[in-house]
This record gives sequence, C-alpha cells and structure tokens, in this order.
Amino acid sequence: MTRDVHVSAIADAVKKLCMEANVSLEPDVLRAFDRALTTERSPAGKQVLQILKDNAELARTKRIPYCQDTGMVVCFVELGQDVHVTGGGLEAAINEGIRQGYTEGYLRASIVKSPFDRVNTGDNTPGVIHVDVVPGAALKIMIMAKGGGCENRSRYVMLTPAAGLPGVKDFIIECVKTAGPDACPPLILGVGIGGTFEKSAILSKKALFRELGSPNPDPMVDALEKELLDKANRLGIGPQGYGGDTTSLGIHILTYPCHITSLPVAVTIECHAHRHKEVTL
Amino acid sequence: MSVSTAADGIKDVTTPLTDADVQSLKAGDRVRISGVIYTARDAAHGRLLPLIEKGEKLPIDVKGAIIYYTGPTPPQPGQVIGAIGPTTASRMDKFTPALLKLGLKGTMGKGYRGQPVKDALREYRGVYFGAIGGAGAVLSRHIKKAEFVAYEDLGTEAIRRLEVEAFPAIVVNDCHGGDLYQDGQKQYARE
Repeated sequence: MTRDVHVSAIADAVKKLCMEANVSLEPDVLRAFDRALTTERSPAGKQVLQILKDNAELARTKRIPYCQDTGMVVCFVELGQDVHVTGGGLEAAINEGIRQGYTEGYLRASIVKSPFDRVNTGDNTPGVIHVDVVPGAALKIMIMAKGGGCENRSRYVMLTPAAGLPGVKDFIIECVKTAGPDACPPLILGVGIGGTFEKSAILSKKALFRELGSPNPDPMVDALEKELLDKANRLGIGPQGYGGDTTSLGIHILTYPCHITSLPVAVTIECHAHRHKEVTL
Repeated sequence: MSVSTAADGIKDVTTPLTDADVQSLKAGDRVRISGVIYTARDAAHGRLLPLIEKGEKLPIDVKGAIIYYTGPTPPQPGQVIGAIGPTTASRMDKFTPALLKLGLKGTMGKGYRGQPVKDALREYRGVYFGAIGGAGAVLSRHIKKAEFVAYEDLGTEAIRRLEVEAFPAIVVNDCHGGDLYQDGQKQYARE
C-alpha cells in the first residue's frame, strides 16, 4: 500500500520549519546554555552566554531572527519507500518551501546562484538536500539553517589507518582551535568518521541533528565524545573567543564502515545558533 | 574626547573617533558605541577597493568612522532593521589596511584579524571591536535608524548608514598591539 503526499504539503511543512527554526532555538540548545552558565569561570564568557539566552528569548517573542545569517538550508529527508509524492518533484517542493519561508519570514537571502558570478538568488534557494529512502510510509523532513561563518571553518582529512584513534582526536581538537572566535563559539561539532570522502562529510552534518546533551548510542563513541568535549573546553577559547571554559557545547560523532586503506574524518563546525527543526508527514 | 568611562566600568564611545580616542581604548575594554556607523562587508569592500586604488571619492567619508561588518535581515513592517550581528572580519582583511590609511578609525566584526591588519591598526591608529556573533536580535534593538548609502543593488551587502545607541561591543585589537583573543585564551587554557 502506498500513501500519497502532495507536494503542497511538503512545501508548506518546509516553509514553517524554516520560519520557526530561525526565530526559535530548540530546547536542547537553551538547556546547553544553562548548563554552561553553571561551569563558566570567565565573567566575559558568562556575560556572552547570558546575552545569547536573552537573544533567544527576544527572537522567539518578537520573531526577530536569532542571527542575521539565516543560513543555507540543509535538509535531510527520510522518504518512506511506500510514500508516493504527487503533484510534482520532491526537491522542487522543498525549495518552494524554502522560498516561501525565507520571503514571508523576512529572513536573509544568503545564496548566490553561481560560486563565480556571486549573484544572489534573492530567496535563499536552493537548499542542500539529502534523501534517504527508508522502509515504511512516513516522510520525515529535518532542516537546519546552516550559518556560513561556522561552515567556513569546517574541515576534512583523510588519515591513514596507522594514524588511528589518536590521529582522529588530534584532528578534531585542531578543528576547534582553527575555528576559534571566527566560528562564533560556543561551537557544536558534527563529526563523520569512516565511509568515503563524501559519506563522512554527509555524516558530519547528520550528526548535528542528534539532541544536544544526549548520549551517543554507542558507548565507545559516547566516551570519545565526552573526552573530546572536555579537551575542547580546556583550550580556553571560551564564548566568542573572549577566553573561558565554554568553547563547545557538544561533539556529536557518526561512524560508518570504511575501506582497509582509509580513515576519513569530516568535521562540520556549527555555531551556537544551532537552528534545527523536524517534522514527520 | 568621545570616549568616557561610565560608572559601570564600560566605556561610552561616540563617533567620529580621533587618534586620541583610539589610543585610550585597550584590548578587553567593554564599550557602548553611539552615533553613526556604516555597514559594509565582502561585496561592498570589493567595490570600494578599486576606487581607493584609483584615488577616487568613496561613497562614505571614512575619516574617524567605524565600519561594521554585517549583513542584516530585512526589517519587518514597523522595524528599523532586522537581526544585525557581526560577520567574520578576516574576509575583509585584504581591504582594511587601505581604509585605515584613509582615516578609518574602527572596524567591528567577529573573529581573528591577520597580522597586516594588526600592523595597520598600530601604524594608522585604529581599533577592532568585537560584537557578539549570533546575537542578531538583541543587537537590532540598538539601531535607531538605518538607511542605504550606496550599492543598494547588493541587498543585505549594501552600505548602510546606521544611527546606533549604546551598541555593546568589546575591544579585541587595540592600536598598542593588545589582543583580547590571545590574552583571554591564555588566561583560561587548562592543559
């Protein structure tokens, strides 16, 4: 049995997700600010965290975007194989939702049509869309409004198997250091380890959708995440790089099998403006 | 003198700035900026540079001025401006020394500046302020008036004239070689 989902329902859902994500931070991020306020030693760092909380509240109540960089929309779709999308194309529907959301929501158009001529598309389309076909008849849409400043500090490395876990750890901490104040700390890191070149990069984005502060389901990886978070927060970079203990709010890792010769590691740097929302149709 | 220290220890800064004003500011100083500042970021800087190289008149008078690296969201009906936090300053590093040479006194953004910019801050007496990245909604409350001055076709990247009131920022790089990022990280690093 297939289930019909019309493109207008998809566009409408994406529009609402874009508009909400940009003014209303999810509770997991707000809880992370509160946790950080209890441990932060730096007065300047504490003040920044408090302003970020105030900013979140003002954004939500006055519906002003939390950050002026309302991002490029990164969209992960889990398309049930028993879903039949009707009335048009899935990707076109998602981009229509982005167009409506960014226009009607007074959100910034930050996308240029060509990386060379740099002419703005005017409506923040297109998004970057990843579709996984999964069993079932549900259509799950997850979106992230991904800021450019932090994205620009994202990095990738192909390590040798001999570099092993120590090499992975060193690279991830190096990423936090090089991101520094440029990427608007406190940062959230999405890390993809394994697969191929592109697989690790996609995993690094997908890893960011896990609830901040929740444990990784794999106990070994969970311990690794906690060790890296502690290390990152000993660097001293602090909120906005003004010095302090809260350099990162969370490090989320996803892994995948890989070739005997390979150890790919991709790190997506996300800022504290971690605007993500999801819906299941 | 357009820099004065208030009872709460925060320095009130009023534009335009003089060399003496800049010299009185030290890395780590918290400031409140009032007066007129200009917005410009990647694309606008790209248009200013050829004018500077040809010695032509710029659309804004940079003498004593502060340029804020930002691309705001569009205002909703009844709003002066939308969210207006800083963008990464280092992308403007290529252009900043030439503007400081022309008399620009302040730049405001977020993130590291390159050594040539830090050197130019010393040579031409300039200051780099950090605004809180990602606090776009809170910062919008400090903008009292906003109007296009040049390159309106660039949309969010156009040059705007902003009238600001008590806009909160912090001195990151001063004209004496002080660097808040270095000092702050050294102070809080735990090996």
